[in-house]
Amino acid sequence: MQLTAQEFLILAAFLFSTGIYIILTRQNAIAILMGVELILNSVNINFVTFDRFVLGKIDGNVAAIINIMLAASEVAVVLAIVIGIFRKTKSVEADRLDTLKG
Amino acid sequence: MENLLILIVVLPLIGSIINGTLGYFIQKRYSGKVNGIIATSSISISFLIAFYLFLQLLSMDIDSRRITINLYNWIFAGNLSVDLEFVLDPLSAVMVLVVSGVGSLIHLYSIGYMHSDKSQWRYFSYLNLFAFAMLVLVMADNLILMFVGWEGVGLCSYLLIGFWYQDLDKATAGMKAFIVNRVGDFGFLLGLFFLINGISSVNGGEAVSLSFSYLKEISYSLVSVQFYSIALPTIIGILFFIGATGKSAQIPLYVWLPDAMAGPTPVSALIHAATMVTAGVYMIARLNFIYVHSPVALTVVVVVGATTALYAATMGFAQTDIKKVLAYSTISQLGFMFAAVGSAAFSSGIFHLMTHAFFKACLFLGAGSVIHAMSGEQDIRKMGALKGKIPVTYYTFLIASLAIAGIPGFSGFFSKDEILYRSFMSASSYTGTWGYIAFTLLLIAALCTAFYMFRLVFITFYGSEVRSDKKVVEHIHESPLSMTSVLVLLAFLSIAGGYIGLPEIFGVHSLFDGFLKPIFEDSESILSIPHSHTTEWLIMFLSVIAAAIGIYAAYLIYYRGGYEGAKTIRTKISRIHYVVENKYFVDEIYNILIVDSVKVVSYLFSLFDKYVIDGIVNLAAKITVLFADLDGLIDKYVVDGLVNLVAQGIKYIGERLRSLQTGRIQDYVYIMVSGGFLGLILIRILNFLISK
Repeated sequence: MQLTAQEFLILAAFLFSTGIYIILTRQNAIAILMGVELILNSVNINFVTFDRFVLGKIDGNVAAIINIMLAASEVAVVLAIVIGIFRKTKSVEADRLDTLKG
Repeated sequence: MENLLILIVVLPLIGSIINGTLGYFIQKRYSGKVNGIIATSSISISFLIAFYLFLQLLSMDIDSRRITINLYNWIFAGNLSVDLEFVLDPLSAVMVLVVSGVGSLIHLYSIGYMHSDKSQWRYFSYLNLFAFAMLVLVMADNLILMFVGWEGVGLCSYLLIGFWYQDLDKATAGMKAFIVNRVGDFGFLLGLFFLINGISSVNGGEAVSLSFSYLKEISYSLVSVQFYSIALPTIIGILFFIGATGKSAQIPLYVWLPDAMAGPTPVSALIHAATMVTAGVYMIARLNFIYVHSPVALTVVVVVGATTALYAATMGFAQTDIKKVLAYSTISQLGFMFAAVGSAAFSSGIFHLMTHAFFKACLFLGAGSVIHAMSGEQDIRKMGALKGKIPVTYYTFLIASLAIAGIPGFSGFFSKDEILYRSFMSASSYTGTWGYIAFTLLLIAALCTAFYMFRLVFITFYGSEVRSDKKVVEHIHESPLSMTSVLVLLAFLSIAGGYIGLPEIFGVHSLFDGFLKPIFEDSESILSIPHSHTTEWLIMFLSVIAAAIGIYAAYLIYYRGGYEGAKTIRTKISRIHYVVENKYFVDEIYNILIVDSVKVVSYLFSLFDKYVIDGIVNLAAKITVLFADLDGLIDKYVVDGLVNLVAQGIKYIGERLRSLQTGRIQDYVYIMVSGGFLGLILIRILNFLISK
C-alpha cells in the first residue's frame, strides 16, 4: 500500500502528544528530557513528511538533520545540568526544583 | 639714527622684564649684585645712546635739531588720530640726559645701598621700569603718549615707596602718593579733554593729532575759543597745572612727597627729587606755546610756585628726619621751578631742574650714605660730629648744600638767580603786583633754603659727639666705593653743571639758553618781557646776601650755640615750633576735610545700603522663599504623589501576580500548552465569525 502524508502526520501528532504527556506527568528530570526528545523527533517527522509530499526538494531533510544534531547537543547540556542539580540536591525530582518561585 | 631713539626707551624696559621674570632666580643662583648690574647696564647704555644722539643734534643746523621716529598710528577714533611717536629735540634731549644720566648713577649707587636686601630683583625691576616710563614721558611727541609715561612713573613711584610693604606705614605712604597723584591726574585728563574739544571746534573737521608741533601751530587759533567766557588756554593751562601740582608736589597736593620718603633712599633721590617730580615743570615747559597765550594761567603758576617755595622751606626748619628735610627742600625747589616757568622763563626753569637734579640727588644719596653709616638711623637729633668719620660723604654733602643755598660759583647760584631775576621782570609785563609778591616770597625762600640746609649740615656733621648708642657709634663707617664714587661725581656736577648756563651779564653767551632757544623763542617773544642788566646785578647781589644771612643764622644757632643752645631757643618759641613741626597741621586738616568727610558720606551711604537697598534685596529674597515653599508643597504632594501612585500600583499588581510563579517547570508547561490550545480555539472561533 502507498503511504500518504496523513499517516505520517498522525504518527507525528501521536509522538508529540506522548511527549507533552510525559513532560506534564513524570517527576523524574531524565524522563522529562525523554519527553522533550519525543517532541523534537515528532517535529523531524513533520519536516521530512512535508518535504517529501509538498516541496519535493532536500530542504526539509537538511532541517531534520540539523534538528537531530541540535537535540544531541541539547541532551549533553541538559544531562550536565541534571547532574549538577543532582550533586546539589541529591535528587532529580522536578517538583522539588522550585528555586525560581516568585 | 632714528632707530637708536627706540633703543633709549626700550633698553630699560628689557632690563625691567629680565629682572622681573628671571630676577628671582638670578638673585638666588648668583647674588643681588647681578640684578643690579643688569639694571645699571641697561640704563647706562640708554644714557650712552642718548649722549651720542645729543652730539648728533649739536652737529645739526640750529633750527632743524629734531630727531623723530613714528612707530605707527596708535589711536584712530573719530577725528582723533594719535601716533606712537618719539622725539628728541633740545628740550627732551636735556631731560633724557638728566633722567638716564642721574638714573645710571643712582642705579649704580643702589647696588651698594641695597646689597643686603632680600628682593633686589624686585627693586631693580621697578627702578628700570621707572626709567622706562620716565623716558616715555619726556620723549613722547604727543600728549596722549606723554600721559602714558605720566601714569607709568606714578605707578613706579607707588611701587617703590611701598617697596618694603610689610611695614604698614610704608605701604600706606605709597597709597597716599598714588591717590593724591590721581587727583592731579584728573586735572590733566580734564585739560586734555578741553584741549581736544577746543581743537575740534577750530580746525574744521581735520584730524586732531595732539602732537606738539601740531599743537604749537593750532595754539594761535585756540585763543579765540571760550567756555563760559573764559579763554580756552586759561582753562587748559590751569587744569594741566593741577595735574602738575599732583605730580610735582605743589600746594595744595604736596602732602604725599614727605611721606614718600618711606621708600629706599636711592628711590627718593631718583624719583622724588631728581626726575619724576620735575615732570610737571617739564610738561608746562613743553606746553609753553599754550601757556603764553594765557597770562592768567601763568600768573597762577608763578604765585602757587612761589608760595610753595617759601611755605615748604619753612616746614624744613623743624623737621628732625634727615630725609624729610630734603623732601621739603625738594618741594620748595620745585616751587622755584614753577615760578620760573610761570614767569615765562622756560629755559631757566629747565636749567634749575637740571642743576637741582644734580645737587638734590647728591644730597639724597649723601643722606643715604649717612643713614647707612648710622645703621639705619634717620633722626638728625641722634647724629652729630660725623664730619671726621665719613669725610667723603661730608664734603660732597657740603658742596651740594652750598649749591642749593645759592653760593656764587656753584650751580644752584646761577639757576636760582636767573629765576629770581625773571620773576621780577615778569611783573612789568603781565604778572603785575603778583609778580612782585612772588619775587619777594622767592627771595625769602632762598634765605630759608640756606638756613635749613645749613641747620641740617651743622646738626648732622658738627657738634662735640655723636648723640647715639655706643654700638651704633662704633659701627660708623664710610660707604663702599660704588656709593662714594657716585657722590663725588654728583658733587662735581653740582659745581660744574652751572657753568653751561652762565647768565649773559657775565659777558658770555649762555650755552643752555642757546640750546633750548628753538623750543621757546616764539613763545617768549609773544609776552615781550623787558631785560635790564642793572636789575639783574642788583637781584644777584640780593640773592647772595639772602643766602649769606641764612647760612650765618644757621651758624649762630646751630654751630656757635651748639645742639643745646638750639634747644633753648626752641623752648622760647615752642608754640610756633610746634605748629611748624607738625607741618601747619595740613595733613590733619586734609584728614578732617577730605578723609573724614568721605568717611561720613560713606557711612551715610552705608546706612542707605543697609536699610534701603538691603531691605529691597531681603524682601525679594523673602518673596522668593515663599514661592519656593509653595513650589515645594506642589512637588511633594502632587508630583511625588503621582509618581508614588504609579509605583505602588505596579507593586500591588506584582504582588498579585507573583503567586503564578511557582518555580516548577511543569506548571509552566501546563500554562504553555493550555495557552496553545486556547490560542487554537480562539483562532477557530475568529475564523468562524469572520466567515459568517
